[in-house]
Amino acid sequence: MSTPDTRDDLLIFERSHAGRRAMAQAPKALPAERLAAIPDSLRRRARPALPEVSELQVVRHYTNLSSKNFAIDKQFYPLGSCTMKYNPRGANRAAMLPGFLGRHPLAPESHSQGYLACLYELQEFLKEVTGMKGVSLTPMAGAQGEFAGVAMIRAYHEARNDQGRTEILIPEAAHGTNPATAVMCGYTVREVPVNRDGDVDLEALKAACGPQTAGLMMTNPSTCGVFERQIDAIAKTVHEAGGLLYYDGANLNAILGKVRPGDMGFDVIHMNLHKTFATPHGGGGPGAGPVGVSERLKPFLPTPIVGRDGDRYRWLDRNDLPQSIGQLSAFMGNAGVLLRAYFYARVLGREGMIRVGEYSTLAANYLLKRLEAVGCTAAYPERRASHEFLLTFAKEAKTLGVSAMDIAKRLLDYNQHAPTTYFPLLVPECFLIEPTETETKEALDAFVDAMAAILAEAKNDPELLKGAPWSQPVRRLDDVKAARELDLVWRE
Amino acid sequence: MSDIRAELRYASTHEWVRLEDDGTAYVGISDHAQDAMGDLVYVELPEVGQELEATDEAGVVESVKAASDIYAPVSGEVVAVNEALEDTPELVNQDPYGDGWLFRIRVADTAELEQLLSANDYREQLDSED
Amino acid sequence: MPYIPHTPDDVQAMLAAIGAERIEDLFDEIPEHLKAGRLDALPEGLSEMEVTALMARRASQDAGALCFLGAGAYEHHIPAAVWEIATRGEFYTAYTPYQAEASQGTLQTIYEFQTLMARLTGMDVSNASVYDGASGLSEAVLMALRANRKSKSGRVLMPQAVNPRYRQAVQDICVNQGVELVSVSLDRDSGTTLPAALSAHEGEDYAALVIAQPNFFGCLEDVHALTDWAHARGMLVIAVVNPTALALLTPPGEWGTEGADIVVGEGQPLGVPLSSGGPYFGFMCCKQKHVRQMPGRIIGRTVDLEGRPGFTLTLQAREQHIRRSKATSNICTNQGLAMTAATIYMSLLGPEGLENVAAHCHANTRDLVAALTALDGVSEAFTAPTFHEAVLRLPRPAAEVLPALAARGIIGGYDLGRDDPALADCVLVCATETRTAEDISAYAAALAAVLAEEAA
Repeated sequence: MSTPDTRDDLLIFERSHAGRRAMAQAPKALPAERLAAIPDSLRRRARPALPEVSELQVVRHYTNLSSKNFAIDKQFYPLGSCTMKYNPRGANRAAMLPGFLGRHPLAPESHSQGYLACLYELQEFLKEVTGMKGVSLTPMAGAQGEFAGVAMIRAYHEARNDQGRTEILIPEAAHGTNPATAVMCGYTVREVPVNRDGDVDLEALKAACGPQTAGLMMTNPSTCGVFERQIDAIAKTVHEAGGLLYYDGANLNAILGKVRPGDMGFDVIHMNLHKTFATPHGGGGPGAGPVGVSERLKPFLPTPIVGRDGDRYRWLDRNDLPQSIGQLSAFMGNAGVLLRAYFYARVLGREGMIRVGEYSTLAANYLLKRLEAVGCTAAYPERRASHEFLLTFAKEAKTLGVSAMDIAKRLLDYNQHAPTTYFPLLVPECFLIEPTETETKEALDAFVDAMAAILAEAKNDPELLKGAPWSQPVRRLDDVKAARELDLVWRE
Repeated sequence: MSDIRAELRYASTHEWVRLEDDGTAYVGISDHAQDAMGDLVYVELPEVGQELEATDEAGVVESVKAASDIYAPVSGEVVAVNEALEDTPELVNQDPYGDGWLFRIRVADTAELEQLLSANDYREQLDSED
Repeated sequence: MPYIPHTPDDVQAMLAAIGAERIEDLFDEIPEHLKAGRLDALPEGLSEMEVTALMARRASQDAGALCFLGAGAYEHHIPAAVWEIATRGEFYTAYTPYQAEASQGTLQTIYEFQTLMARLTGMDVSNASVYDGASGLSEAVLMALRANRKSKSGRVLMPQAVNPRYRQAVQDICVNQGVELVSVSLDRDSGTTLPAALSAHEGEDYAALVIAQPNFFGCLEDVHALTDWAHARGMLVIAVVNPTALALLTPPGEWGTEGADIVVGEGQPLGVPLSSGGPYFGFMCCKQKHVRQMPGRIIGRTVDLEGRPGFTLTLQAREQHIRRSKATSNICTNQGLAMTAATIYMSLLGPEGLENVAAHCHANTRDLVAALTALDGVSEAFTAPTFHEAVLRLPRPAAEVLPALAARGIIGGYDLGRDDPALADCVLVCATETRTAEDISAYAAALAAVLAEEAA
C-alpha cells in the first residue's frame, strides 16, 4: 500500500519503500566472507527496520519538519529563565571548522594545542566574569553543573571530616532541578519560604540554618525576576552556620559584567552557556554547565581541566587533582558548545560582557512598564525587573475564566512564542518573561501589541483564547491520552 | 462543592478510610483530592504484604501536570491493591469512594482511626484551605 | 555593540518609558559595594572576522594526523545532508518543546528517533537521549536499582571489560546514592567476561549485571550466556552497545531467552563528529514494563482537539520540574541537536547502508590487525572475535611507541596501560570505514620504523 509522499504529516517510516536506497551515503556491500570471523550466534538475524528512502526524501522530510518549529531565528521567544538570545552564526561556523570536528577526544596533547588554548582562555574568561577562583568546563548541562557543584560541597565537608551536614536549603521558588540534584548528591532538602516582595524570608532562613546545613542553593536574580537584596545577610547566615553557598547561574545574564557571584559570597556556581553565552538550545540541548568555585573548593573540581605549563597546554586529571569529585562523562563534556561560547566571549570582550547585563535589564524593565500600561498585572509591581519579570493573570482567571495557559496558546497565533508559564509555582497564573538584550525595541513593542489585543479578546471573545492556538500545525493536544495510552514508538 | 461521605474517616493529606467488619479497611483519595489533581494518568500502589506505618508513603497518583504522594492513613499490612487502576486510573476520578479505591489494609490498631478527621472536620479543613 | 540592536534614540525612549534617567539606575536595588569592577582580565572584543581567523588557525594546528583511535569515539563518514539540516535555524535555535503546538518539528523528530533506536536495539521503548554514553550508563544503573524492587543490596555487577571511563563516571555520579559497583574480572586470554568469573558472585544479591557488546577491548562477549545467567538469579541486564555494531550483531532485545532489560550506549557513531568528545548523545532504551523508571525526556503520539495526530512530551510526572526531589533524575535536557543529526543519519543510511558501514569497519580493522601483526614482535593480545577494535601487544611499552608514531603523523591507538599496568605494552586500535588500504599501509610502515628505531 503506498501513501502519497506529498502529505506533510507522514512519519519517515511511512515514506519507506522496500529496496529504495540513498546510494551515495554508504560504502558498497562486502562479500560475506569478510564477516566470517563473527560467530553466527552473535549475528543479527534480520536487518533493523530503518526507513528505505532517497536522499531527497530525507532532506525534504526534515526540512518540512523543521518548519513546524518556533525558533529564535523566526520568532520573538521570551521564555523566562531560558535566555533565548540570538545565537551567532559565526560561533557555529567556528566550532564546525574541520580541525575541531575531526579531533579525537583522546588525541595526544601534541595534536591538541589549538583546541586546548581555546578552552584554557574560556576558563580564564569565566573566572573573571564570575569572580570565582577556579573553573571546570566539563559538565554537559546546567543540571550536571548543579550536580558537580553540590557534589563539591559534599566533598568539602567530608574532607574536613565535618559530619552531620545532611541538608540543603532551597528557596521555594527554585527550579525543580535544585531539589532533584540535592537528592542525587545524597542530601535531604529543606525549602525556605519567599516573602511577598520576592526576597527570601531571612528570619525563616536563620531558623532553618544549623549544624545540619550543608549549603544553600539559590538563583540571584531569583526565579521571581528580582534581585535578592539581602544577599549579604543570607551569605553571612549560611556561612556562619558552616554551610556553603551555591549559585544557580540560570539568571547570570541579568548581572553579567555588573555583579559577580564571587563578590556576593558564593562558593560555587554553575553557568548555563546555552543561556548567557548564546550557544544554541537545539530543541532541548546540548547545553554546557561549567562550574566555578572559590579557593577552598578548587581541589574538588570535576576533571578534566585545562592547565598550562609555560606555553604548552595540558589536561589536568585525577593525578593532578586527587580530591576531585571525578569524571561526569566519557571525555570532557560538550566541547563543541564550549567552542561556541569561546567565540561569543571573544567577540563581546570586556565592554560587550558588561553591556549584556545592562541591555537585558533595560529590555525587561521597558517591556514590563509597557505591559503594565496595557493592563497586565506585575507580580512585584514595586520592584525593578532584573533581566526578566513575572506577570500574574489571577484576576483574568477569576473574572474572565481564561488561564495563563490560554493566553500563552493565543500568543502563538500572533506569531509570538509564549513566555514561561506556571513557574515559579508560588505566583498563580503567571508568565515569566525574558526578552534578552538582542531584541529590537520594535520586537518588544509588537509583543506588547499582541498582549493588548489578547487581553481585549479575553473580555470580548474568551473562546478565541480557550480554543487557541488556531494557526499551528495542530490544535491543543490531548496530554491525558498521551500519558494513559502510551505510544512512544511507531508500529506499522 | 466536593463530595464528602459522612461514614468515612479522612487524613489531612486527603486520603479516606472505610473500616470493614473483618478488621481490614479500604483506602482511597477524597473527591476533593481527585478533583484538584485533574485527570489521573497513573497510580502507583504499595505491594501486597507490605507493612505500613501511619503517614508512611504508600504510593503516588499522577496527572499530566502533577504528582502527589499517597500516605497510609493508618498502620497495618497491605492485603490487597486495586489492580484495575493499572489500566484505568480514571476510576479514581469517576468514583473516588467506590471503584476508585487504592488499597486495602489490615488495621493494626483501630484506635488510630479515631485520630483521623471526621467528615465535618475534613470539610472544615477544606473550607479553611480555600 | 555586538548583537545588541538599540540605537541611542531607542535607549532614550525605553528609559523614558521606564521613568529612569540612565541604565545604571535600573541596578539601584543592588548594593553598591557588590558591583563589579573593570573586569581587566577580559580582552577587548574582536570582530567576527578576527575571531574566525584566530579559531581557524587553532583548528588547523590540531588537524592532519591519521587517526586509529577508537576507545569510545569513532570517526565515520557523515553524509553532507546531516548537519546541513540539523543546523537549520528552526532546529538549532528552538527551545525544549514545552509549547507542543509550536514544536511539532522537534517533537516528531524525537518520536522518530525513539522508534529508530527501539528498532536498532530490539527494545520496546526509547527516551529522547541523555548526555552521553558514560552518563547514560550511570542513569541506567540508578534506573535498574529502582526497577528491580526485589534486590535490596544497592549493588550492581560491573565487568572490567566495560570502558574504564564509563566505569569511573558511573562510580563518580552514583557514589552519593549508596550504589556499590562490584567488579567482574576479565579473562586475559579471550579478552571477554567468562561465566567462570561470574560464578564468584553466585548466591549474592545484585540488582543488575552490565554487559558491554562489543566490550572495551573490541571483543565480542557471549551475551546470550551472560544474560541468561543474570536473569536466572533475579538480576536485570543492562546492555552497553555500539550502535553501528548493531547493524550486524544480535540486538540486545534478543540476548538470551528474555533479552536485556535496559540498553544504553554512545550515540556518537550515528552521524556525530568526533569534535573532541562532544556534544554527543547517550541513547537509552528499555522494556515497556520499566518505562516509568526511565529518566529523561520521552515523547508520545496523541491527537489534538480535532482528532489529528500530534506529538507531545509525556510521562512528565517522572521529571524534576514536577517531582522535584523525588524525580527519577535531575536531567532536564536531551542532546537535541546531536539526536536530530542521528535521526537524519539513520534515515539516510537505511538498513543496508548501516550494515555496509559496520561491515567495512570490521573488515578494515581485521586488515589493520593483519598488517600490524605481520611485524616482528607485534601480536593480537586476545583470542575472542572482535567488531571494529582490537588489542595489539607490542614489543615495547605503548607509552613509548605512541608518541613516536604521533611524531610521524599517526595517532596509533589507545594506550591500555593508562588504566591497567598489566596491559602497558598493549594498544587498542580501530579502523573504521574511513580508513583506506593506503592508511593502513602507512600505519604499518610507521610502526615498523618506530620499532626499528627503538630496537637500534
